[in-house]
Amino acid sequence: MSESTLAVPSLQTTSRLNDGPLSALWRAGIVGAVVWFALGALVQFWPNEMVGFSDWAYTQEFAVFAYAVAAVLLLLGILGRRADPVTSTLRPAGPWIIALAILFAIWQVLTAKLLILPTPFFAPPQTLIEVLVEDWRRLGESLGHSLVLLAVGYLVGAAAGFLTGVSIGWSRSLGYWVHPVLRFLGPVPSTALLPLSFFFFPSSWSAAVFLIALATWFPVTVLTWSGVAGVNRNYYDVARTMGASQWFLVRHVAVPAALPQVFVGLFMGLGASFSVLVVAEMMGVKAGLGWYLTWAQGWAAYSNMYAALFLMAAVFSGLITLLFTVRDRVLSWQKGTLKW
Amino acid sequence: MVAVARRTDAERGARIDIRNVSHTFALETGPLPVLNQIDLRVEPGEFVALLGPSGCGKSTLLRLLAGLESASAGELLQDGRVVTSPDPSRILMFQDPTLFPWRTVWDNVALGLQVRRQLAAQRSRVDDALKRVGLTDFARAYPHQLSGGMAQRVALARALVNDPEVLMLDEPLGRLDSLTRIAMQSELVDLWRKTGFTALLVTHDVEEALFMADRVIVLSGRPARIEAELINDAPYPRQRGSARLAELRHQALDLLGLDAHW
Repeated sequence: MSESTLAVPSLQTTSRLNDGPLSALWRAGIVGAVVWFALGALVQFWPNEMVGFSDWAYTQEFAVFAYAVAAVLLLLGILGRRADPVTSTLRPAGPWIIALAILFAIWQVLTAKLLILPTPFFAPPQTLIEVLVEDWRRLGESLGHSLVLLAVGYLVGAAAGFLTGVSIGWSRSLGYWVHPVLRFLGPVPSTALLPLSFFFFPSSWSAAVFLIALATWFPVTVLTWSGVAGVNRNYYDVARTMGASQWFLVRHVAVPAALPQVFVGLFMGLGASFSVLVVAEMMGVKAGLGWYLTWAQGWAAYSNMYAALFLMAAVFSGLITLLFTVRDRVLSWQKGTLKW
Repeated sequence: MVAVARRTDAERGARIDIRNVSHTFALETGPLPVLNQIDLRVEPGEFVALLGPSGCGKSTLLRLLAGLESASAGELLQDGRVVTSPDPSRILMFQDPTLFPWRTVWDNVALGLQVRRQLAAQRSRVDDALKRVGLTDFARAYPHQLSGGMAQRVALARALVNDPEVLMLDEPLGRLDSLTRIAMQSELVDLWRKTGFTALLVTHDVEEALFMADRVIVLSGRPARIEAELINDAPYPRQRGSARLAELRHQALDLLGLDAHW
């Protein structure tokens, strides 16, 4: 049929666009090298404004770091296409690499060089190196504690939410009983239950697991439920005419059809779980990144706080990226249909 | 009297008896009668078209026969057994292909075998079904990559893999462009002639009914009852422009009260 040639244009992977011989060089890489080199020179040769009698540690090391980045960028920029796949991976980040150096420079000037932002609340970027070098053990332990607590709470909550959502989406009578409870108690922020939970649970850790699970459970339940409830009825009819059992309809029709919604719920649940995790660690659990933040505040160690916040940002955004990667893998059939 | 006399390979088709079937939907606005005392016998291997105006209840008749819903009154029988629930020997093809978008073409076609736990032993049946609709090359594609005609052919393969005794077609070509539609009418007739299942086609397209079916049942508007039947004795393969089809078409339009437009 003639339509078969029209309809499926891209079953084979599209070949990479060829954009001419000039792009053998990676221009953004070379510009980036210049800017990062300038940053290194600025850090090294513009003397720091002294605070009291002490200078900021690791200023030279920060300059060396900037030079190192510049050297790598220069190398990649010159090699260009020949350094694939590294260059092609970095290529889209080109403008950001340049902007980062400029931001570092502004930060450096406002703090260490001119002291426009007051110490100790603001610290230059090199203090992050200082914290990482000198306090990595405590930071690492805190991170480990946070990740374990988060993983246990999140997985329990996500599993419970998925099961609840599928059940009330499928069974009308179960929905009758669970739905009002969900509507009434669901919107209460888990953190509001913090004092009660610390009282009811044997340990603050188990209370935190419960609260993180609860915070994850609500969005996962609601979205799984709406996903299951919204499945095209004809899908069921198709499977039923072939003799499908109820279990088959749930397992092979309702669940896969609802999965895109389930992933929205998992994403929202992950965000909620971060916030409960940090609050629970600040309030009762004596470990983790949240606890590290309060500890740093207690000692007025603001650089430590910045370092912990950076670590948090890196890890949490990494977890969200991980979730998106899993989603893209699981929902690969959606490719080209929709995105959120 | 009917076409089955002409055909020798009809052992696969089932006989269908529709006895005095009426059906009423209970809507919030009150009861809505859609079928009114339908009496119809379809011989094994026969191709019967149900022709009627849109929304007259033709599709409901197929859903009842598929066992997806039970009739308010009357009974439907397959080879003398009362239809109570869906069964893979009676497959319904919808107006929309309703392919599962999360499954590849191959996995969509495999659905019926998977439901009955026969897939592991009979994987070649899926390949055969795909071959019969000419989509072997698209086994690994996803539904959103297919055109409307291809998707509907996948739905056909998904039906055929069950080796149905009765294939019910609920306006399966209604949403296709006219060229694809004409091509698929011929494909369906060829498949039916090669396979020998009993076919029931719901359509509101007079040409389609006359081109494909042995017998055309003309239904009234809602609630549908049988107005008339036309025996179409034109031999297969049929010529669309033949004088016999033109004559039958004239009769059918007359029965539908559209004679003035002819």
